[in-house]
Amino acid sequence: MTTDAPVISCKNVWKIFGDDPEGYLAKMPAGQSYDDIRADGYIAGVKDVSIEVGRGEMLVIMGLSGSGKSTLVRCFSRLHDITGGTIEVEGQDIMALAEKDLIDLRRNKMGMVFQSFGLLPHRTVLDNVAFPLEMRGQDKHARRARALEVIKLVGLEGREDYFPRELSGGQQQRVGIARSLAIEPDIWFLDEPFSALDPLIRREMQDEFLRLQEMLGKTIVFITHDFDEALRLADRIAIMKDGAVEQCDTPDQIVMHPATEYVRKFTEDIDKSRVVHASVLVKPDAQGEGDPVSSTATIHDLAPTLVADLREFIPVTDGTAVIGALSRQEALEVLVGAD
Amino acid sequence: MAVISTNQPGIKPQQYTSTQIATGVFCVALIFTLLQFTGLLPSWLHRLPESWIPPFAVWLDAAFNFIRTDLGLEKLTRWFAEGPLQFMLDTSANLLYGKKRWPGFEQIPWSAIAAAAAVLGYYLGGWRLAALAGGTFVWTALIGQWTIAMETMSVLVVAAPMAFVIGLGLGIAAWKYPWVDRAIKPILSVLQTLPFFTYLLPAVIFFKVGPTAGAVATIIYAIPPMILMTTLGLKKVSSEVVEAGKMSGCSRFQMLRHVYVPAARTEILVGVNQVIMLCLAMVVLTAFIGMPGLGAKLLAMMGSFKLGRSFEIGVTIVLLAVTLDRLSKAWVVKLPEHFEKGTPWWQRHKYLLAGVGAFVFFTILGQFVEWFAEIGRRQNFSQGKEIDTAIKTFLAFDLVQATTEKIRYVLNVWVLNPFRDFLLSIPTAGFILFVVAGALALGGRRSGIYAAVFFGLVALSGWWDRSVITLYSVISAVILATLIGLPIGILAARSEKWSQRVLLICDTAQTFPSFIYLIPAIMLFGITATSVVMSILIFAMVPLVRYTVEGLRGVPEEMNEAADMSGATRMQKLWNVQLPLALPTMAVGFNQAIMFAFFMVIIAAFIGTQDLGQELQKTLAGTDLGKNFVLGICVSLMALTFDMAIMTWADRKKRLLGL
Repeated sequence: MTTDAPVISCKNVWKIFGDDPEGYLAKMPAGQSYDDIRADGYIAGVKDVSIEVGRGEMLVIMGLSGSGKSTLVRCFSRLHDITGGTIEVEGQDIMALAEKDLIDLRRNKMGMVFQSFGLLPHRTVLDNVAFPLEMRGQDKHARRARALEVIKLVGLEGREDYFPRELSGGQQQRVGIARSLAIEPDIWFLDEPFSALDPLIRREMQDEFLRLQEMLGKTIVFITHDFDEALRLADRIAIMKDGAVEQCDTPDQIVMHPATEYVRKFTEDIDKSRVVHASVLVKPDAQGEGDPVSSTATIHDLAPTLVADLREFIPVTDGTAVIGALSRQEALEVLVGAD
Repeated sequence: MAVISTNQPGIKPQQYTSTQIATGVFCVALIFTLLQFTGLLPSWLHRLPESWIPPFAVWLDAAFNFIRTDLGLEKLTRWFAEGPLQFMLDTSANLLYGKKRWPGFEQIPWSAIAAAAAVLGYYLGGWRLAALAGGTFVWTALIGQWTIAMETMSVLVVAAPMAFVIGLGLGIAAWKYPWVDRAIKPILSVLQTLPFFTYLLPAVIFFKVGPTAGAVATIIYAIPPMILMTTLGLKKVSSEVVEAGKMSGCSRFQMLRHVYVPAARTEILVGVNQVIMLCLAMVVLTAFIGMPGLGAKLLAMMGSFKLGRSFEIGVTIVLLAVTLDRLSKAWVVKLPEHFEKGTPWWQRHKYLLAGVGAFVFFTILGQFVEWFAEIGRRQNFSQGKEIDTAIKTFLAFDLVQATTEKIRYVLNVWVLNPFRDFLLSIPTAGFILFVVAGALALGGRRSGIYAAVFFGLVALSGWWDRSVITLYSVISAVILATLIGLPIGILAARSEKWSQRVLLICDTAQTFPSFIYLIPAIMLFGITATSVVMSILIFAMVPLVRYTVEGLRGVPEEMNEAADMSGATRMQKLWNVQLPLALPTMAVGFNQAIMFAFFMVIIAAFIGTQDLGQELQKTLAGTDLGKNFVLGICVSLMALTFDMAIMTWADRKKRLLGL
């Protein structure tokens, strides 16, 4: 999915909280663990993270609370100033930006959605959505027209004159989403956008979000503490612990080949067959016979075939040509959850 | 081995706890006192010799003179007083009571103001508030006090907005720049304990007598809570709202204008409420520097013992206070609501239109029917004389007279005078040590040190006896208030219904300007020392009762249920569960009672006391700024000592209880 140069590229990024983080980082010996740093009276919010986000890609950052995922995303948008390393957004070093350029970047390129919505309580839905447009000085009619357009997009037509407290949680987050989309950002940050919602609403909002993303095709950094949500949405998942990225890979790979024990624990209770696609199990040199299956199908989708079929190797096609075959035995093991 | 042995001498001597030190200090104080009673104490430990007292007043005077004339501050303040401030006051005076000044309009008819107030009340809080707001102004007009009430209001409408703007600005600055915050904090805590007479004299000297000085004193007095509420509100804005603003590309000014200030709306409006209430309280008190208005009239009426008229003016002041309080509080909780699509323009602005309509209607009506514009001297419904006679007849009943006489006698002869004489008999050194011991025991080492420094300064000021008498009034009134207020609070807290009622009464009573509390005391006990203690007692009882009820009602329901399920009787539950948990909150109330008492004891100088307040009031007649400040600071230092020790104790206790 990644085309040309990465949209966000960060190298060896550190974010340390404490009295004199720069001084501490400069003097810190290599290989300090999170607990070592803490013993020195500092907190490593982000610890030596290098990661890239490609254009049009959805990167999900997953981790438990306190793992540094929110801090990392706030470094991307420079809500936090980083302590060490570099972050480039579309080739620009954001730490080198003057205040005015940073404001311009946020006014034109970035949108962000917050866990507790972050709506301005004294403004109506319309005025909340139009807020970023107002800040960059667009005239009243243009911003009203655009705001109405995004409000319609998130399905809140007719509620333009409501105040945030008059809306349900799900509706409030729709306002948050609409506001973040009003300026047509290229990069879209979502900080646990659905965590504050009820499970049923959350599911509905995820579907809605996928529909929006289908239409808009933005570059997205999405934060969640919910592994299921990550698997559902992500092109790639970065799993964080104690400020560091444990593993960053596609959902299939993370489920099939967890890099660390910590990651493996997350995958334990997952129904792998719903995550893993046929393409992952393909052996290019294996020869199968008979009708091929689609490489984009999950193992769960293929379950009837796998159980009824008696072939040892089943050919897999990417839609135009056969790219190899998968071992039925291996696929069945994924299906029944054996390791 | 060698290392261990060299470490031996490094071990620190055993640390004493604050309580142990406090006990020690207490014993020394006790020994001093006993020595004094047996006549063995050296006299310089009993009272500082005159020659030891540094001439603080002279130094302060020199400093003031330097600032005033040499630095040219007086020119600036005089310019402000005679220029912009005078201009604004003239305008409001002309509009509200037709004072022949710029812009030379007639006064606004009373009926127009009453109607507009009623519409505003209806918009903010429905029919009841409309009746209160409209009714207050109708009463004021009908009782024949329109002009004096508007004299008071004309200063209020200038002072309150200015205090708001200055307070908001300083609050934002204190929130934004830590050094401003650090600089402002100690000044604010002194300002809040400084007796109001100390605000008045500098105002007179720098801003000349009359409404301008009154307005300035009022503004300065009302600023501190606005600053505090502004910083509090700005600090409370949720980080996500702030980040949402930043991500929307707000510049710094846009952040403040569109994100921070609107999001802190509630706290800022609570600040507005406090500004209005303090302004009203202060405007009434500026009567002492010759500001005309309700306060001056009340002062004159009480001075000549015209109880009926005093009572009527008191009612007017109370009604105004309650109206302003309820209106501004309703504004705090009033949240915007949306209109359905397609609501016509006049529907959206119906309240504004109704208000303007009523105002215009009555203004025009007033041009044709004189009665609606101004109620003449003979036309009003004042019953001053009749009430006067009624009160005097009531007081003359044998039973009533015997009771008040008895209370006065018992209090004076058996309680107050012996207590005062006892306090005065304690040697200065012993007294200071007693206070230090108390502060140590309550607030720990820091409070103890502050207590020693503060009371030491009071001793050095040369006004020791007067200070002790001030303290005696405060302590005796607060003790009496506690004896009466605590049981009331505990009883009220037993049922939800009574808690609500008592809290409502306390809430309302707290909005009354302090001056009002003198009226019932003077009515019952005349112009005597008992009245002083009585007025302080009533004033100080309000926060005591209020915080007792709040503390007891605030005990978490599970704790009460746990106590019930453990088989506790009502008494056991009260003593073992409710009171211990409510104690920190009750301490806050106790502290406020002491602060209120310090405030009131100074005002009571008007009745005739022998304390610092009396001396302070005397300075108002002259230009003795140095003495005025020394006296004011004495009151402030004593109040701060109590404030610091009790609040530290309450905070620590709250933390320990995890509240």
